[in-house]
Amino acid sequence: MSSATTTATAPSPEPRALTDYGRPLWRRLLISREATIIAALIVVSIVASAVVPYFGSTTTVDFLLLDTAPILMIALPMTFVIVTGEIDLSVASTLGLSSVTLGLLTQAHVPMILSILVCLVVGLVAGAVNGFLVTVVGLPSIAVTIGTIALYRGIAVGLLGTTTITTFPSSWEGLAQNQFGTSGIPYVMVPIVVLILVFGAVLHFTSFGRGLFALGLSKDTAAFSGINVNRSKFIAFLLTGVVSALAGVFWTLRYATARGDNGTGLELSVIAAVLLGGVSIFGGKGALPGVIAGVLLIGVLQSALQLAGVSSDAITVVTGIVLVLSVVTPQVITRVRARRPRAA
Amino acid sequence: MTAVEAPPTPARGSGPSPTTGNAVTRGLRRLTRARETGIVIAVIVVVVVTTLVNPSFLFSVDGWRDLLLTPAMLLLLAVGEAMVIVTRSVDLSVGSVVGLTAYLTGELFIHVPGIPIVVVFLAGIVAGGILGLINGALVAFAKVPALVITLGTLYVYRGVNVLWTGSNQINPSQLPDNFLNIGTNSIVGLPYLFFIALVVVLIAGWYMRNKRSGRELYAIGSDPAAAELYGLKVTQRVFIAFVISGALAGLAGVLFTARYGTSDSQTGTGLELQAVGAAVIGGVAIFGGSGSVYGAAIGAFLLITISRALPILGVQSFWQQAVVGILIIGAIILDRYLALRVSRRLLAERENSHE
Repeated sequence: MSSATTTATAPSPEPRALTDYGRPLWRRLLISREATIIAALIVVSIVASAVVPYFGSTTTVDFLLLDTAPILMIALPMTFVIVTGEIDLSVASTLGLSSVTLGLLTQAHVPMILSILVCLVVGLVAGAVNGFLVTVVGLPSIAVTIGTIALYRGIAVGLLGTTTITTFPSSWEGLAQNQFGTSGIPYVMVPIVVLILVFGAVLHFTSFGRGLFALGLSKDTAAFSGINVNRSKFIAFLLTGVVSALAGVFWTLRYATARGDNGTGLELSVIAAVLLGGVSIFGGKGALPGVIAGVLLIGVLQSALQLAGVSSDAITVVTGIVLVLSVVTPQVITRVRARRPRAA
Repeated sequence: MTAVEAPPTPARGSGPSPTTGNAVTRGLRRLTRARETGIVIAVIVVVVVTTLVNPSFLFSVDGWRDLLLTPAMLLLLAVGEAMVIVTRSVDLSVGSVVGLTAYLTGELFIHVPGIPIVVVFLAGIVAGGILGLINGALVAFAKVPALVITLGTLYVYRGVNVLWTGSNQINPSQLPDNFLNIGTNSIVGLPYLFFIALVVVLIAGWYMRNKRSGRELYAIGSDPAAAELYGLKVTQRVFIAFVISGALAGLAGVLFTARYGTSDSQTGTGLELQAVGAAVIGGVAIFGGSGSVYGAAIGAFLLITISRALPILGVQSFWQQAVVGILIIGAIILDRYLALRVSRRLLAERENSHE
């Protein structure tokens, strides 16, 4: 992605695009953060299949994909938000709110399709509230979404209390739980792949997407280049809201439970995966392939360790260490390089 | 955004000191301008209204005790969090640190029979300080945003806690009575734990207001680049803020075990957001440079008191979080409004001085 950015600004695009930073394009792609993380994903997958019994089975793949599906979904719009230099911590609460909405509507015998649409509207409103407070009122997104974590979760828990709704149409549950034959690929991967393609295309091949990167690098420069900063950010928050609600629908049907506390803490996993995938928390840097590889890498690591008999708690430690290392290492390397006298 | 952050005066409330009026009106003016005044009023309103509905909320031995006792731990966390946030960082790992030190407290009593209580307190503080030191080292030396680092250590510390604890649980029967008494007894009407928290708040407040190194935390948060250029020891100060935040979380962990007599692998989960929320409600700006530990402490007090008041006021406790959310959002909107007003006033004053 950096190649395209530089192409746009370079004086003579064609010859320079291949040799920016003094390295040919293929070498830059090879040493890019995305390539590293994709390589890590491939290596870990191969090692796990070879070493961990049953890891290579379709059942494992099925469960792995079902488990990571909500994170994978929300990571897409979260990338948009983080690339603009903002953050949305309220996604898991929106997921819970959507789950409760679905449960209550199903209990009231509202047709499923209609209920799901209402859930998406709830997500849209949740995203709009965040977006409004960040762009129109001009508040820092981290403070706003710490507030809406509590607000949305509070409404969800307040509506349902400690009750749990567990009866959903079995055909819909099947859609969220079953796989294509014995392929290990759950049905839910179809809409997710569509989402990935749409989000990837928007982020990397439209002027709107380029604008998100631009305003993450410098809000003022972006504004002077004619990018509507506030509208772009607002849209990014709307997208996280809607997709989080969609993940809430999936979550509810997959576990056949609507609860106020569904998905608690998921925001941290999503952000961890996005950052692991090479998106800079400062904004302006990152790419969707890296994010997807990041989500899957955490999924593969966790499921392999689980199958290897490592307790889920040790896995939490590993997840944390991987996250810390993934952000600290590049920084340390850069600093060490900066200190080393440059060869002429 | 930058325009708002521009006024470097950390205590916005104090402002340019008015030279007119006698001491009383000056004091009053200062009081109405202070950032903490609004939230103190909010606390008083909550306590008064709840007491009117149910007098035992305040006017019973247990009522008075619980009013002060329950917020004690969050007070400590909020103070540490405020010191970190003032430097433009954030510490998300405090909940996990509380969990680890709470369990450590129980383990010490079980495995070292007859261990002096003072030693246990020190062990909790030191252990918390070491965990904070790890955060601080990663943040200060790797120059990675604290949000990311402490998000990672939140996992790591919690994971270590769960690995160590497993399905174990510390029970009151495993703890010495005189330790548990600390958790419930009072001294001249002040529960011990509240007294400890109060002392910490006062020391931290004094340090942040009067000591050079404390003032520098504000300078760093207002403009890190300028602080660096000016020659402040940015790395060292940020590092120390994290160590203090960790140490206070460690102390809070010891207090948790003293108060509840139990701790397990999930102790302290989610406390980090409450601590950040308390600081934000108390007027500590999330992007650093302004606010006070007093404000954060009162914010913590308000959060806990509201959650205890809601059921008495006839609101199901399920709605508690929603109220907290609205409070946080209200507080940051108010903060934004005040900041805009201050910067407009400063601009106006500059215009006038040119004429």
